[in-house]
Amino acid sequence: MTWALIFLPLLAAGMAMAIRSDRLRRALLVATAAIHFALTAVCWIRPPACAPDAWLGFDAAGRLFLGIASLLFWAVAVYAAHRLGAESRGRQAEEDTGSIFVNAPEAVHTACLLVFLATMTLVAASRHLGVLWVAVEATTLATAPLIYFHRQPRSLEATWKYLLVCSVGIALALLGNFLLVVASAAPDGTGGTLVVRELVARGASLRAPWLKAAFVFLLVGYGTKMGLAPMHTWLPDAHSEAPSPVSALLSGALLNCAFLGILRAHSICGAAGLGGFSGSLLAGFGLLSMGIAAAFLVNQADYKRLLAYSSVEHMGLLSLGAGLGGVALYGALLHAVNHSLVKAALFMVAGNLLAAYRTKQAARTRGALRLLPVSGALWLAGLLAITGTPPFGTFASEFTILRAAFAPGREWMAVAALLALAVAFAGMARTFLGMALGPVPDGFEPAGRRERPAACGPALALLAASLWLGLWIPNGLNDLLGHAARLLGGGAP
Amino acid sequence: MQNGTGSLLIFLILTDLLLLGSSRLRNAIRIGAAQGVALGLLPWLAHGQLTGSALLLGAGSAALKGVVFPALLHRALREIHVRREIEPLIGYIPSLLIGTGVLAAAFAFGARLPLPWESPSPLLVPAGLFTLWTGVFLIMARRKAITQVLGYIVLENGIFALGMVVVEAMPLLVELGVLLDVFVAVFVMGILVFHINREFDHIDSDQLTALKEGAP
Repeated sequence: MTWALIFLPLLAAGMAMAIRSDRLRRALLVATAAIHFALTAVCWIRPPACAPDAWLGFDAAGRLFLGIASLLFWAVAVYAAHRLGAESRGRQAEEDTGSIFVNAPEAVHTACLLVFLATMTLVAASRHLGVLWVAVEATTLATAPLIYFHRQPRSLEATWKYLLVCSVGIALALLGNFLLVVASAAPDGTGGTLVVRELVARGASLRAPWLKAAFVFLLVGYGTKMGLAPMHTWLPDAHSEAPSPVSALLSGALLNCAFLGILRAHSICGAAGLGGFSGSLLAGFGLLSMGIAAAFLVNQADYKRLLAYSSVEHMGLLSLGAGLGGVALYGALLHAVNHSLVKAALFMVAGNLLAAYRTKQAARTRGALRLLPVSGALWLAGLLAITGTPPFGTFASEFTILRAAFAPGREWMAVAALLALAVAFAGMARTFLGMALGPVPDGFEPAGRRERPAACGPALALLAASLWLGLWIPNGLNDLLGHAARLLGGGAP
Repeated sequence: MQNGTGSLLIFLILTDLLLLGSSRLRNAIRIGAAQGVALGLLPWLAHGQLTGSALLLGAGSAALKGVVFPALLHRALREIHVRREIEPLIGYIPSLLIGTGVLAAAFAFGARLPLPWESPSPLLVPAGLFTLWTGVFLIMARRKAITQVLGYIVLENGIFALGMVVVEAMPLLVELGVLLDVFVAVFVMGILVFHINREFDHIDSDQLTALKEGAP
C-alpha cells in the first residue's frame, strides 16, 4: 500500500514524459491524482499494518499529512489541467515587467508535478529521519523546475534563491541527523539510530546536550523549508513567481511536509524530557514569524506576495501551537489542515484574477466581483477564512491554539499572537476589499465573461471543506488528529 | 591508518584555504574536484578496514565529486565564457584572513567537544566544520552563480566529512539517497546557471534583485 502510493505518481511521471498529446497528459494528471486520493482514503479508513521498526509506513501523523497533500493535489490537478489548457503557446509578455518569455515544456512540468506528489508521500511515510531528509530535499528538487515554468527573469531569480537557500538549509538538517545519531549511540559508538519510534522509546537515555544541538540544526534546517522567519526570505519570491497551481501546492502542501519533520524532532525531545527546551524555541520562532509576516502584510502591493507572507504568518502560528504543546498541538494540526485548504483555494482564485487582469498589482485589480462574479465572491470568502473569522474552520483552530496560550505565565505570547493576527487582518482586508469592490477598470468587459467550472470548482470545494470543518469536525478526523497529537507528544481536547 | 586520515584531513583544510584565495574559476573547480576525490578515501581510512559499504560510498562519492561535478562545471564555464571571479563581495586576502580565524575557532571548538567516543582522528571535527564554513562563505561572499554551486558542493563535502563520526549508524541506503539528492541538486543548479547566463548575459547572482522587498 505504502509502496503503491509512492510509485503510482512516479510511474505516471514517466508516462507523462512519453505522452505526446497535451489533452491525454492532462487527463493522466487528474486521473493519477484521483487514484492517489482514493488510495489515501483507503489508508485512512483501514490503516495498513507496518512493523514497528519499519522505515516506511503511515502512523497517525503521517496519515494526516498524507491526507492533506493528496486532497490538495487532486484539487490542484483539476485546476492545473484547466490552467495549462489556457496557457498560450509561444512568446508572451508579462505586463508588470514587460519581459517576453516562453513556457517550459508542458510534459516536463506535468512530470515534475507528479514526482512532487511522490516525494511528498515519501515525507509523510518516513519513520526514519534519514529517509525523511532525503525525501524533503527531493521535494525541493522536484519543485524548483515547477517555479521556473514561465521562463522569465523574475521567476528564474526566485528559483535560484529557492534552490540555494533551501538546499543549504536542508544540508544543516543533515548535520542535525548526525548529531542525533551521536545522541543515541552507546558509549562505544555503536547502536546509534534514526528510526523515530526507536528514538522516542529510548527517551531519557539519549544524551541531552547532543540532542539539544541536533534539534537546533533540525529546526533551522527544516524551518528554512517551512518558511519560519528569519529563514523565510526565499518564500515570498518563490510562492509569488510560481504559476498559481504550483503556488497553491507549495503553500498548502509543501510547507506542511517540513513542519512534519520539525514535529518528529520535537516529539523525540519531548520523550527525552527536553520538551520545554524545544517547545520554547518553536514558540519563539513562531512568534517572530508572525510578527515579521504581519509587518509585510500591510501595504503589500503584490497580491500573490500577500498570500505568501500570509503563509509565513500561519506557519508561525503552527510553530507556536506546537511549541505550546498539549491541546495547542492538536490545534496546530487542525490549523495545518485548515490553512492548507484555504490557502490553496486562495492561490487558485488568485490565478483566475491574474489570468483576467494580467497583473499581480493589487492597485490595478479592481471590481473583481463584477468582472468575475464567482472568483470575486470566493476571494472575499477566502479573506474571511484566512483571517480566522467564524464560522470557518480556521477560527476553531486558531481559537484552540490561543486559548491554550492564555495560561498563567505565558499570556504575553497569546497577546503578541493576537496582535499579529489583528494587524494581518487589517492589512489583508484592506487589499482584498479594494480588489473585489469598486468599478471594473477601463478596457475590461464584464458582460459575457463566463467562468469555467474547472477554474472555480476546486477552490469552491476546498473553501466549503474549511467551512464544514468550522461547523463540525467529523469523528474520523477528530480521532486521527487526537492520535497524531498524542503521538507527537501533545494532547487532545 | 591514523596517519593517513590525518594527512587527508590536512589536505582538506589546505584545499579549503586555496578555494578561499582562488580567483580563477577553472582552478577553483579543479581544487574542488581534488577535495572530492580525497574525501572518497575517507570512509576507508577513517575506519581502518575496507568494508563493502565504505567502498561503495567512497567510490560513489569520489566519482560524483571528482569526475561528474567538475565535468559539469567545466562545461558550464566553456558555454558561458567566464574565466574568473571579478570583484567578489569580500576580497581574497580578507577572505583568507577571516578563514584563518575561523580555522582557529574550529580547532578550539573541536578540542572542547566532548565526543562520547573516540573519533577517527582529532582533526576530523575541525576539518569538517571548516570545510562546511568555507562552503557557506563561498555561497555568500562570491557573486558568480557558478562559484555558489561550487560552494554548495564544498558545504556537502564538509557534512560528508563530519558524517564519518557516525558512519556506522547511517544506513548505506540513506547515504546513497543523500548522494543522489546532492547529484540532482547540482544538476538542476547547473541548468539554472545556463538560464541565468542567457537571461541576464552574466551569471552574477547579486544582480538578481528585482524581487527585493520595496523594489518597483
